[in-house]
Amino acid sequence: MVSFISITTSVKSAHMTQLILRRLLMGIPVLLAIVTLTFFLVRLAPGGPFDSEKAVPPEIKKQIEAHYNLDAPLYVQYFDYLKGLTRGDLGPSFTNSSYTVNELIRMSFPVSLELGCYALIVALFFGLLAGITASLAPNSYRDYVPMTLAMIGICVPNFVLGPLMVLVFGLELKWLPVAGWDTVMHKILPALTLGAMYAAYVARLSRGGMMEVLSNDFIRTARAKGVSEAGVVLRHSLRGGITPVVSFLGPAAAGLVSGSFVIETIFHIPGLGQNFVNSALNRDYTMILGTVLVYATLIYLLNLFVDVIQAVLDPRLRNA
Amino acid sequence: MPDETLNTFESGTSLGMDAFRRLKKNKMALFGLAFLIFVSVIALLTPVIAPYDYAEQQLWLGATPPSGDHWLGTDYLGRDLLTRIMYGGRVSLAVGLAATSVALLIGVMYGATAGYLGGRIDMAMMRFVDIMYALPFTIFVIILMVFFGRNFILLFFAIGAVEWLTMARIVRGQVLSLKEKEFIEAAVSMGVRRRHIITRHIIPNTLGPIIVYTTLTIPNVMLLEAFLSFLGLGVQAPMSSWGLLIQDGAKQMEEYTWLIIFPSLALSLTLFSLNFLGDGLRDALDPRASKD
Repeated sequence: MVSFISITTSVKSAHMTQLILRRLLMGIPVLLAIVTLTFFLVRLAPGGPFDSEKAVPPEIKKQIEAHYNLDAPLYVQYFDYLKGLTRGDLGPSFTNSSYTVNELIRMSFPVSLELGCYALIVALFFGLLAGITASLAPNSYRDYVPMTLAMIGICVPNFVLGPLMVLVFGLELKWLPVAGWDTVMHKILPALTLGAMYAAYVARLSRGGMMEVLSNDFIRTARAKGVSEAGVVLRHSLRGGITPVVSFLGPAAAGLVSGSFVIETIFHIPGLGQNFVNSALNRDYTMILGTVLVYATLIYLLNLFVDVIQAVLDPRLRNA
Repeated sequence: MPDETLNTFESGTSLGMDAFRRLKKNKMALFGLAFLIFVSVIALLTPVIAPYDYAEQQLWLGATPPSGDHWLGTDYLGRDLLTRIMYGGRVSLAVGLAATSVALLIGVMYGATAGYLGGRIDMAMMRFVDIMYALPFTIFVIILMVFFGRNFILLFFAIGAVEWLTMARIVRGQVLSLKEKEFIEAAVSMGVRRRHIITRHIIPNTLGPIIVYTTLTIPNVMLLEAFLSFLGLGVQAPMSSWGLLIQDGAKQMEEYTWLIIFPSLALSLTLFSLNFLGDGLRDALDPRASKD
């Protein structure tokens, strides 16, 4: 009996490992496609990083371009860039000439990652709390209050919520600082602002998912057996009820990335989002490519991670 | 006489009437519909009824709080805020409608083709959608906007090109499941022509989800436009859009609170209305669908 169980688990984990490996391998062509698309998109567009309002003598411009290998044919530059990628070298930054792209990303990415994690915690904590509360007492005030709040959360975009939070908690009440990323106090407003919309979605999804599970016969059986309400939620329905939330986490990750562009601008946070927007505005080719690559990898890995959790929660998805 | 009762019963049960009756019971959805009609009428009439010109500067005024002459106040260049919100609404709504139409057109055609043809072609077409889903699209839209100028038409297409994927998935799923339904089989066995099956049986049955999803796509699109304008990548001054006004207001909200409050209200209320209407339509057109 014992050996039988261990065999099934080892088969299961072997299957999972295979699934993960296959998806990781599939990521390489996807990322390559993204890099290629971005590379040519950025290069074919009019304008360059060294076009400035001041007239630069053509010889000097030529020298700068030669320095950054911009005078080579486009396809040569493309393969040079790919060659660099295999060594993990993202090239020098064009507009921030004292830094390489690797250095800039190494400085700013941890900040954005931290912000994203806090926002995700905010979203899951408040969202699940509201959604589960609502699902346990449908069509009562315990349902309407959190769900109305969730609707507001969905309809008030973060670039509206952010300034309003700054106005109320920073400038009027003076409870929290409104810019920077030094202390815990600095991190509260950005995390709440970025997480709010996702908390709202999580609340709606978990309410729907929980209601569906709670209407099952086995829940009635559990209640009839005298299982406590907490037991019904935690042991019997949570696993099935949060699957819609888990599948939402993939798109949410992509949303958090673009949300960070706004939040980092509003709260003056030195993160990757601000770097990306600035590099796009300055046409800093290598920096754009570097940040896009980081974001794409991140989103791809998070989607993979979400699929794995889903397979763990719902065995029916394992063979898909 | 009994014939008449029969007739009244029959005339009352058409799909559209039935859905409208259910929608009428939903107060929030009706409020949403009313507000949207109000906003659309204002947007259409703006060039006629706007109190000032959107770019007209009264520099001697500077930023003034709401008053009799300027109901919602003026910005630091002395431009009337009400006028700018009205013109901004035109832009936001136009982008919302146009980009949603692009998404609708691509999504429905793609999804219906994949679902109807089925088999290997369907597999390939849907894998392509899966891959597109994995791309960081907002990032591409930003790059597009930066490098190819902040072009209005391009904005429509860029946003539309992002939003069609979900539409394609929904339509394909619908067509796929409809193909297997008994009433289609019945129609086939009765010798109804294929063209008739598609136009009379398949399309009307996919219409509900398409309408619902369209109403829910418009707020997403408007949000994306406002997001781009907020970052300075969308609509450019002196033109006006709600995202742009919010960005402007956020810069000076410490002294001039009204500059952020009113544009934010306009955008949020419109998004609210669209979402409530979308939810209401979903409940009305597909009573079986759960809330989420």
